Amino acid sequence: MAHKPSFMPRLEPRGHASPSMVYLTPLLALVVTLLAGGLLFQVLGFNAPEALYTFFISPLTTAYGLGELVVKATPLALCAIGLALGFRGNVWNIGAEGQLTFGAIFGGGVALACYDMEGWWILPLMVVAGMVGGMLWGAIPAFLKTRFHASEILVSLMLTYVATLILSLLVHGPWRDPEGFNFPESRIFSDSALLPVLLAETRLHFGALFALAAVVGGWFIIARTFVGFQIKVMGLTPAAGGYAGFSQRKVVWLSFLVSGALAGLAGVSEVAGPIGQLQPTVSPGYGFTAIIVAFLGRLHPVGILLAALLMALSYLGGEAVQIGMGLPLAVTGVFQGMLLFFLLASDVLIRYRVRFGRPQQEAKA
Amino acid sequence: MSIELLDATALLLVAMMRAAVPLALAALGELVTEKSGVLNLGVEGMMLTGAVAAFAATVSTGSMTFGLLAAMLAGMAMALLFGFLTLYLLTNQVATGLALTIFGIGLSAFVGQGFVGQTVEPMAAVSLGALSQIPLIGKLVFGQDPMVYLTLALTGVIWWFFARARAGLVVRAVGESPHAAHAIGYPVRLIRLGAVLFGGACCGLAGAYLSLVYTPMWVEGMTAGRGWIALALVVFATWRPWRALLGAWLFGGITIIQLHVQGMGVDLPSQVLSMLPYLATIVVLVLISRDSTRIRLNAPASIGKVFHPEG
Repeated sequence: MAHKPSFMPRLEPRGHASPSMVYLTPLLALVVTLLAGGLLFQVLGFNAPEALYTFFISPLTTAYGLGELVVKATPLALCAIGLALGFRGNVWNIGAEGQLTFGAIFGGGVALACYDMEGWWILPLMVVAGMVGGMLWGAIPAFLKTRFHASEILVSLMLTYVATLILSLLVHGPWRDPEGFNFPESRIFSDSALLPVLLAETRLHFGALFALAAVVGGWFIIARTFVGFQIKVMGLTPAAGGYAGFSQRKVVWLSFLVSGALAGLAGVSEVAGPIGQLQPTVSPGYGFTAIIVAFLGRLHPVGILLAALLMALSYLGGEAVQIGMGLPLAVTGVFQGMLLFFLLASDVLIRYRVRFGRPQQEAKA
Repeated sequence: MSIELLDATALLLVAMMRAAVPLALAALGELVTEKSGVLNLGVEGMMLTGAVAAFAATVSTGSMTFGLLAAMLAGMAMALLFGFLTLYLLTNQVATGLALTIFGIGLSAFVGQGFVGQTVEPMAAVSLGALSQIPLIGKLVFGQDPMVYLTLALTGVIWWFFARARAGLVVRAVGESPHAAHAIGYPVRLIRLGAVLFGGACCGLAGAYLSLVYTPMWVEGMTAGRGWIALALVVFATWRPWRALLGAWLFGGITIIQLHVQGMGVDLPSQVLSMLPYLATIVVLVLISRDSTRIRLNAPASIGKVFHPEG
């Protein structure tokens, strides 16, 4: 095949994936996001260095801010570790937000049912209920996928809307606080149903330990179990997995049950932690942001932990520029979206080299 | 049946067709994109960007035509981003589509902040004098807004394009077997980019219909999952334009019935009724996906797969 002389950059496949690029591209994406973000601030008429400082540094200058960072990273890490397991196996659960909401409903339901009671057993019961709630909500797309081949992407997403409406129905109706002046909110949970705060003067709560446990557990499943290996094989080469006798159904079910349980745990940790009651909205989109966290963390639990902290910072930064500079809170979403774009774009460097000029040899047909 | 009842039915059908417009436009655009072998899950993001661009442009210039144009351009700009990443930087289409939606939600909320609470004059319905006054069918056939007719026309054109036109055959070939099309000498990536851009323009228009005609205002996240329902409609339609339109009418009908039932004071919580479109989407998906052979035979063979000309 004849090639015209060209100085356009071309992509040349590498023999095998570059291991160093796997770790370098997230950093590259972050740097490019910072540059693009600075440009955006400048275009909007703000001093870019000052705006970037307000967004990325100022939230971390107080103990309270550091506590908030962990508070927001907790649900992100919990959701993302579960999602990453599925993404590895080409199972696309994008309804973590709904599973989180269902975890909040189940866990919060236990808290309200035990409102007049005291006891050490209430919290563990709530946590289990939350995980079961998330699992149940995750089981629906898994069932419809394995039994009827319905796209798990669309089903899990549709169920997110349904879960939010169910929560809204509950707090507007049967679960509304009887002394709450008709506000659509539940009672504030009793002390026995609230997760203990770990650090005085902050909102840093026990849920952070759940996230750490999930990191360890997620790493163990991926790196040390046969199931983790099966998921990986099914994701990379489904055909090879099929020949080896691995079951696609099992991968789908496992992915959804684990990610549902972890998202549910995130949900119950939110309502029993920083929120302390059921409200019509229990998450500012943690379940969706967790998708970015999973990719940014390279689908690896430790990477996810770091990525969750960074994404948590993007929430705090959004609040900081809103208060300090009068920018809309939505700037958080813009930053998150840009980061994922740049990450996906720079990932091309893992499997391809950029070359300039004409090819050295004829390309394969 | 009495004349009043028939008249009410006609009005209901008019409302249904209006509610179906954004779903149909987005589904048709995505259908063309998918026919070329590209799965763009960013429909919701492109619709929102289109909605906010249309509203901002209309408020600033006072011209709805500019608004519609701005929506198409905004949708295409988003689609271009997606196309560049997936076709030239070979990123995963599912992940990139999700990124496009997340980005679109954030960007539209960011841009739209200053326009919350404003309104525009909604698009007037076509008036053909006496024809639009005919009882029963007057409003239904001759008295809708121009976008309803545009949707119908677009459905016909896309059907003709894939069924009868040579260029449509090329797009289908690219979607079925990009390597074969490349070997014959077709510019696979350019053709796919074109299909992606067309999809973006349609999604932009779909969003514009929401912010200029359907609700005439800008509200954050106002698409409320319609982009995802449109994606489901493409599967439901087994990639056939007329069935996509039919599916959109079906969902438009569900939306309208749900609104009317709420209006009639039926003793059901509004949240239960609001769930209907989402639950219906799941039911429809299950029903159509049960027969996996049919999906496999109708789906473009290379959908979602990365294509690199050098192998």
